[in-house]
Amino acid sequence: MTATLERLEAPVTGPSHPFVGTWHLTRLALRRDRIVLPLWIVILSVIPSSSAGTYETIYPTVADRAGLTASIGANPSVAVLYGPAFDLSTAGGYGAWRLGGFMAVFIGLMAVFTVTRHTRAEEDTGRAELLASAVLGRYAALTSAVLVSGGASLLIGLISAGALAGAGLPTAGAFAFGLSTAFAGLVFTAIAAVAAQLAEYSRTANGIGAAAVGVAFLFRAIGDSTVDTKWISWLSPIGWAQQIRPFAVERWWVLLLPLAATVVIGAIAYILLPRRDFGVGILPPRPGPAEAVPSLRTPLALAWRLHRGPLIGWTIGLAVCGAVFGSIASGIGDIVGSSEQTRQILERMGGSDVMTDTFLAAMVGIFGMTASLYGVQAALRMRGEETANRVEPLLSTSVGRLRWATSHLVFAFLGSAVVVVVTGVAMGLANGMRTHDVSGSVGDTIVAALVQLPALWVIVGVTVALFGIAPKAVSAAWGVAGAALLIAMFGPVVNAPQAVLDVSPFSHIPKLPGQDVTATPLVWLSGIAVVTLAAGLAGWRRRDVG
Amino acid sequence: MDNAISISGLHKSFGRTKALNGLDLQVATGEVHGFLGPNGAGKSTTVRVLLGLLHADSGDVRLLGGDPWKDATSLHRRLAYVPGDVNLWPNLSGGEVIDLLGRLRGGLDQRRRKELIERFDLDPKKKGRTYSKGNRQKVAIVAALASNVDVLIMDEPTSGLDPLMEATFQYAIQEEREQGRTVLLSSHILAEVEALCDRVSIIRDGRTVETGTLADMRHLTRTSIIAELAGPPNGLANSDLIHDLKVEGNKVRFDVETKALDDVLKQLSQVGVRSLTSQPPTLEELFLRHYTAETAESVAK
Repeated sequence: MTATLERLEAPVTGPSHPFVGTWHLTRLALRRDRIVLPLWIVILSVIPSSSAGTYETIYPTVADRAGLTASIGANPSVAVLYGPAFDLSTAGGYGAWRLGGFMAVFIGLMAVFTVTRHTRAEEDTGRAELLASAVLGRYAALTSAVLVSGGASLLIGLISAGALAGAGLPTAGAFAFGLSTAFAGLVFTAIAAVAAQLAEYSRTANGIGAAAVGVAFLFRAIGDSTVDTKWISWLSPIGWAQQIRPFAVERWWVLLLPLAATVVIGAIAYILLPRRDFGVGILPPRPGPAEAVPSLRTPLALAWRLHRGPLIGWTIGLAVCGAVFGSIASGIGDIVGSSEQTRQILERMGGSDVMTDTFLAAMVGIFGMTASLYGVQAALRMRGEETANRVEPLLSTSVGRLRWATSHLVFAFLGSAVVVVVTGVAMGLANGMRTHDVSGSVGDTIVAALVQLPALWVIVGVTVALFGIAPKAVSAAWGVAGAALLIAMFGPVVNAPQAVLDVSPFSHIPKLPGQDVTATPLVWLSGIAVVTLAAGLAGWRRRDVG
Repeated sequence: MDNAISISGLHKSFGRTKALNGLDLQVATGEVHGFLGPNGAGKSTTVRVLLGLLHADSGDVRLLGGDPWKDATSLHRRLAYVPGDVNLWPNLSGGEVIDLLGRLRGGLDQRRRKELIERFDLDPKKKGRTYSKGNRQKVAIVAALASNVDVLIMDEPTSGLDPLMEATFQYAIQEEREQGRTVLLSSHILAEVEALCDRVSIIRDGRTVETGTLADMRHLTRTSIIAELAGPPNGLANSDLIHDLKVEGNKVRFDVETKALDDVLKQLSQVGVRSLTSQPPTLEELFLRHYTAETAESVAK
């Protein structure tokens, strides 16, 4: 009898504070992330030290190095991408300038995805509800997500600092660099924690978080490329990471800014959390119409409802970036040319001897690759609908498999074309207004955007092939897209062998504006896209649903 | 075409797992057919094969005289499907989903739609995820019942419905039967099948173990009798058609096999009957008998 009583009383005597269970959830999160988190940590912490050696090869003499800060560093067109240059005469200072901003961007994305995965996404699936019914404090889930994301950020910072110091760079600078990256991760962890309270779905939470990273980059880009509005950089967590000035007489006090922001923004998340109901966001769900509009009668009409949000978001986001980079393109030629090596790198990335064209071509290429990510996301929506059991009700009506798949693929193929062409037009308009040749500039960038499509469609085609033939491995599409991007972006910079470069469809695209259009690679790429698409659809028609 | 659905010797494996192992199912046009089996028996797999969502490994499957895999889209104009686990698009309201599915099937009876929404007490303005499980189920049920189709295929349609709504559902299915529609009702809720179905197929481990009308199956089973007699009972214990006999003074309680019912009642009335309660076996008992017997057999092996 006593044993039974004790068992009954046990939970009552246990801890009951609002954080109880945090440790269990943290271990659960680490267990679930045992592959993805180590990948982020290794990749992000290895990049800075592995590129440290290239500085000596590119700029072997003191004379080469002395002029760098004044020449490249002072060019606003370069600063828009890399941020302000404080001291490019040392390997550390140069590396911090080239990588600091991008490290902050990537660690920001890691933080957003990690926090969302363990908060809002869990509520979406209903798994969190199961856990919440156990002995679990109100703040336990959020706290464990923050701990995992924040812990990963600090680990990335410390490992990269250790690796940089190990590569022979000054210890103070190495730690300033590591901490600047880590603290950017902390700020975006806090922002993602707020996004998880605001949004109703994990998709929206990830969108808000990624948009915050994008806005931070844009603020920094605008502030760093202008003279009279430099303060705008100081609104950006990515700007802070650079203003710490690693390897250039470190300003340690700047670290207080991300710390304070983390505490304040994080506190907002903890204040919002108890003010919303479980499973819903702060932004209340609005009731919909009782009857469907007459046009909602085809799979395509349904697909438009499902795809329009992401399509509009991607188009506007990339078009804004296109306009920003287009507006600074005309100033790029003057100063980049003063370092033969940098010019060569840019040329290898973009081709052509006219620097503005090179810059525009490089940017259109980056936009094409980015738009391919939208294409992959839109194509993967098919698998998402399938695993959520939302395909079966449709396929049990008169809608056939091909018709259903086509309704989604319209957005994957044509939607990504819309994204990249609108971005090209925005860039051409902004550049044309500076150079007083709007029609010529827009014409150039539209063609440049259009030639991206065959390469982009190969990536989408491979995604469809995976969906049709190996649906369980469909996430590998992200790996394919990522590899194609990395090879095309960084392959030429690190002098990768041609065989490796050839793997990426983006390596075969003519660099427009500037180069001549050659039809052969475009025809080949289009052919591959068609074959992969056909293979995927054939597989989808034959395989089991579910 | 006598049979709306005709399946014989259907096999389907997923990797090493055998989901269907020679299943047979005949559903006559215009009947409400119960498709019974415990969880994991292969009910949903059969339904998915019928809908052309899964490709059968072997066996003959006919739906409305067509091949469900090859003629999927033309057959689907004539059927409506209610899955057991309804997932709705988060940004579409329930009313929009009802209209969309109805239109994709080839038409919706607006009067019936309105009537069903009222009867099922459904708020069509709510968005996908704000519905409870039962309400998501109602959206699919209303969409199916308001469509002009010949065949309704329902895979555990009432899971998550409260008893009141279950009664509403049963009433609606009775109406469908009067309209001459064919209904395949997969379920593990026996009372539902008992109330609605003309004929029943019981499956287990991917195989049909029994099929027929409820009357047919009762024939194979026993009736429970409780009787108060005028005097002490005699001779009942000798019959091997009588089971679980309990005697308390003049009161008897036993189960009798249906073919011996007449003889046993004569025997009782010889003694004199003061009161008598007889109960036909519920489907629950049929079911239990079937599966406990088979499980006991397999344990014994």
